[in-house]
Amino acid sequence: MQSEVKKVLSGDVRTVARLIRDIDDKVPEVREVLKALYPYTGKAYVIGVTGAPGVGKSTLVDQMVAHLRKEGKTVGVLAVDPTSPFSGGAILGDRIRMQRHSLDDGVFIRSLATRGHFGGLTQSTRSAIDVLDAMGKDYIIVETVGVGQDEVDVVRSAQTTIILVIPGMGDDIQAIKAGILEVGDIFVVNKADREGSDKTVHELKLMLDMSQEKYEEGRWKPPVLKMEAVFDRGVKELLEEIEKHRMYLAEKSGGTSFRKTRERIREELSEMVKNRTIEEVFEKLIQSGEFEKAVNSIRAGETDPYTACEDLVIPKLNLAEEHGRKR
Amino acid sequence: MKDRKLRVMVAKPGLDGHDRGARVIARAFRDAGFEVVYTGLHQTPEEIVQAAIQEDVDMIGLSSLAGAHIYLFRRVVELLREKGIDDIVVCGGGIIPEEDIPKLKKIGIREIFTPGTKLEDIVQWVKENVKPRIEGVKCKVK
Repeated sequence: MQSEVKKVLSGDVRTVARLIRDIDDKVPEVREVLKALYPYTGKAYVIGVTGAPGVGKSTLVDQMVAHLRKEGKTVGVLAVDPTSPFSGGAILGDRIRMQRHSLDDGVFIRSLATRGHFGGLTQSTRSAIDVLDAMGKDYIIVETVGVGQDEVDVVRSAQTTIILVIPGMGDDIQAIKAGILEVGDIFVVNKADREGSDKTVHELKLMLDMSQEKYEEGRWKPPVLKMEAVFDRGVKELLEEIEKHRMYLAEKSGGTSFRKTRERIREELSEMVKNRTIEEVFEKLIQSGEFEKAVNSIRAGETDPYTACEDLVIPKLNLAEEHGRKR
Repeated sequence: MKDRKLRVMVAKPGLDGHDRGARVIARAFRDAGFEVVYTGLHQTPEEIVQAAIQEDVDMIGLSSLAGAHIYLFRRVVELLREKGIDDIVVCGGGIIPEEDIPKLKKIGIREIFTPGTKLEDIVQWVKENVKPRIEGVKCKVK
């Protein structure tokens, strides 16, 4: 383990790649490595990019990487694609747009699948961010489809969250309003050469103004930018806005690294506790067959879901408590 | 610990611009429950190998319909060896003449699938011949 930690810190690509696999596969031993890496995290700047499928997220990430590399910054990319709920498989195609960076030592790109079960995505992506951070990447870009709470939570672990839309998505903007309007720090209307881009910009600004009360004096007001990512138009301006947001955060936190702010630690820990509880209690109930048994008894009319839930959970919790005392 | 998920890469080396077959294969792999990294057209062997390392895949499936398979497939295997990687299985498919298959196998390509091979046969072969990496138990390229 000690050597693995050293290898990550020295930027060894293979070790990092395998560690992320272990995180994804929930190999228990990986926790020890993550514990040892934690003190080396908190240096990277994490950018989240989200939006509906086909709006140009991967293309934008590719251009951002190119710009950051020109400035001499190193970049890690985590690209999340959905797992098929039917087969458990996934096609991870975000790399297609970024392959020109694959031979660049300053860039590490990794595709992740949502894997769907028990909402572990946020946890495993965060751990992967930690690994890339400890590896020494200056910027980490997390790209995910902005559907579902899990994906939104993922981008929330970023310092700056970019929400990408395209013209003519009127109703989709409505959908964004309900969920992720609040988490966006910068809004981008991509494919701005298309008809209706000004209208989309206007609508977005209107919606942001409506939630004005949240943006009282001195608070960050999310800008709305136009972009044609595929032609590299507007990407530079986006990076400038990211820099402004970064300065804003630095000022707000008074020098504490974002990663170590109280808010962030609270969120991170609560996520971890929730996940661990699910792992230790729920997944074990599934594996032991107790869960299915309870389903059958409810079906047979022998019990009700409320009682069954108590019967399943309470003994497990008591056991865990006793187990803790013995230690 | 739960079962590890098989991660495979489908890659198109060289200048051949036809990826319908590769996409069909990628889909079949997804439907078999694998995580499939697809890297798109016109990849150099160097790009493919680097991506395979970053993605930590258990297998690389190379597709070639344009005749340069001997050179390109060999280069992928060589690069893996140069980097000391012996636990990624490499197989290939596409328009590949019968007489080239023994040569490719000698180079280190584990299996070749030619047009007309049933998707389920390919999936079955992968399930039998490619195992997700488990620490300490490496599946070596024969």
